[in-house]
Amino acid sequence: MSTFDDPFDADRKLSRSGCVCGQHGSAAEHDQAALTLRCEPAPTDERRYEGVVASAAMRAMFPKDAARRAFLKSVGASTALAAVSQFFPIKTATEVFAEQRSPEKKDLKVGFIPITCATPIIMAAPLGFYSKYGLNVEVVKTAGWAVIRDKTINKEYDAAHMLAPMPIAISLGLGAQAIPFTVPAIENINGQGITLAMKHKDRRDPKDWKGMKFAIPFDYSMHNYLLRYYLADHGIDPDTDVQLRSVPPPEMVANLRADNIDGFLAPDNICQRAIYDGVGFLHILSKEIWDGHPCCSFAASREFITTSPNSFAALTRAIVDATAYASKAENRKQIAEAIAPANYINAPVTVLEQVLTGTYADGLGGVKTDAKRVDFDPFPWQSFAVWMLTQMKRWGQIKGDVDYKSVAEQVYLATDTAKVMKEMGLTPPATSYKSFAVMGKTFDAAKPEDYLASFKIRKVT
Amino acid sequence: MTSSLRLRAAIVSIALFLAFIGIWHIATRGTGAVATMTPEYARLMGLTATHGKSAMPGPLDVGAKLWEHVKRPFYDNGPNDKGLGIQLGYSIARVGLGYFLAVIVAIPLGFLIGMSPLINKALDPFIQILKPISPLAWMPLALYTIKDSGLSAIFVIFICSVWPMLLNTAFGVAAVRKEWINVARTLEVGTVRRAFTVILPAAAPTILTGMRISIGIAWLVIVAAEMLVGGTGIGYFVWNEWNNLSITNVIIAILLIGVVGMLLDQILARFTRMVTFPE
Repeated sequence: MSTFDDPFDADRKLSRSGCVCGQHGSAAEHDQAALTLRCEPAPTDERRYEGVVASAAMRAMFPKDAARRAFLKSVGASTALAAVSQFFPIKTATEVFAEQRSPEKKDLKVGFIPITCATPIIMAAPLGFYSKYGLNVEVVKTAGWAVIRDKTINKEYDAAHMLAPMPIAISLGLGAQAIPFTVPAIENINGQGITLAMKHKDRRDPKDWKGMKFAIPFDYSMHNYLLRYYLADHGIDPDTDVQLRSVPPPEMVANLRADNIDGFLAPDNICQRAIYDGVGFLHILSKEIWDGHPCCSFAASREFITTSPNSFAALTRAIVDATAYASKAENRKQIAEAIAPANYINAPVTVLEQVLTGTYADGLGGVKTDAKRVDFDPFPWQSFAVWMLTQMKRWGQIKGDVDYKSVAEQVYLATDTAKVMKEMGLTPPATSYKSFAVMGKTFDAAKPEDYLASFKIRKVT
Repeated sequence: MTSSLRLRAAIVSIALFLAFIGIWHIATRGTGAVATMTPEYARLMGLTATHGKSAMPGPLDVGAKLWEHVKRPFYDNGPNDKGLGIQLGYSIARVGLGYFLAVIVAIPLGFLIGMSPLINKALDPFIQILKPISPLAWMPLALYTIKDSGLSAIFVIFICSVWPMLLNTAFGVAAVRKEWINVARTLEVGTVRRAFTVILPAAAPTILTGMRISIGIAWLVIVAAEMLVGGTGIGYFVWNEWNNLSITNVIIAILLIGVVGMLLDQILARFTRMVTFPE
């Protein structure tokens, strides 16, 4: 889906009726398309900004879309562009527009955990996305999720890579003091997997997994919720039938080798590393549980947004831009090479390439290809947040009532991100809620309590 | 006699070292090609899986890697990848700062406790409870209150090196021979002067011993602290390489930690010898 809204195309609608991007007849049609399509940047930024500026100019001159179309049809797009450029300096205006308000704070520190989920945050440094938006960002590798949380709360980091549920947990004061946190962008979707020790290669049915020990990266993680969901769906109660341990990802491979755990649900580069070292095999990809699930997020405290709104906007732009770049298959090899060195993820390039390109060894002697093994999509759907809240409640992390909608809207900044994306000439989705299916079961963000009540296996509180 | 003993000891040391390297080398040899796999699949796999290469590196791997590090100890590839020399520098600076603060606090306080039985009794319960706490247990509390991971690491060094110094100083001061103090008293030497001219020299060997124990503990703790907070330092280096499951680099770091620890200990041992006196 091209996001470049060409105002000199007679077949396109510029008016704000119809849908937000102007490519579809109605908002409903747009939504339908937005579900299947992701945002991609226009060829260059200058072209993109030019599009945004030209759209505004054309809209001002022809408030009625029909008139603009008639004008374009009669004189032709190139003549129209030349004519309009004569009395409206589109080039100059584009330059002015591209020069964003200067950030309050240019030298920023962003923390990350060395996993492929952080790809956009990390690669934005070596590939120059931060500097493009006038920022001097130092990406700092951090030892674990609790440390990244503390360092971000302590303001040592201005923003950080966090697991998607973490900003919600921090805002609610779960496992930390309650501090309002926000998610301007999701990092990756999919890109996790369940890896089992080689000795279990004939025990592929989860019903036989009673008594096994699994590792997850953190309690407030999609990994935890997805693994619990998967197990419970197969009739295994994750609280009583198996043991779930919080283990830092790098230690998972070593623990698997040492036979301390039977498997784990972890980021793909950890899964692939276990395969690479011959200690485990890939049972399933997380996309087989929920295709398009969020995993990690880009998070900042609300205080940072209010004190440095321009820095925050520039950061969000850089991340959205980097995410769009990472979402393209043809860039993935280059990204793998850029983030493999010790300064960033510190892993063999082969491992990262298998994760990012989606052509990988499964650990059982087969080579599989799945281009969507990991994907990148920045839009922070508020329905994701509502789903996470239902699971937090399901497994007893939240006790009592929770106002799903207001928490989701306070933490997941869908509206602000949509605005930034629009300014960048990208096409954000028209709504901030979408419906999706987890293991074949449809989730309706409007009825979280009904969804919660429909689960047989849950923690009794 | 002593020279021949030294020679024989050196021979035994070298023999032990060679035997260790030899066993290490044999134990970590690969098993050769393992399970058959298609070339396409093998290309995606690591050497451990394809060639049965042991996950534990052999002495030759470690030696080669060590040489690489020795050749360029001060490279700087950005905030998360710096040369071993720089990392060790960060760790030594942290230990130095925390240790120095501990000296400033522990020695005067130790004097006070040693010279005054009242303070000794009053502070004793606190010291007894605080002393056995693992320094790393302070880490979350430090992170929460100090709100800076670099300072927290220094605080942890401070808190772990304070106790041996404090107790040894107090013990050394309290154990100064009564005759000497009585002589000083007879000569009407003031309290402050007595502390500096009589008690300090007499207690110095004990104080230095405490300081030597402290520096050892501080160096032990910094590695663990840096693994927790990350960023810079030799502990961070270990963690970063552990992340990459690069046991080779972890072994090199272990080796260097040992060497630096030994040097720090030797420096303090030399100071101790300087203040020791025959009775």
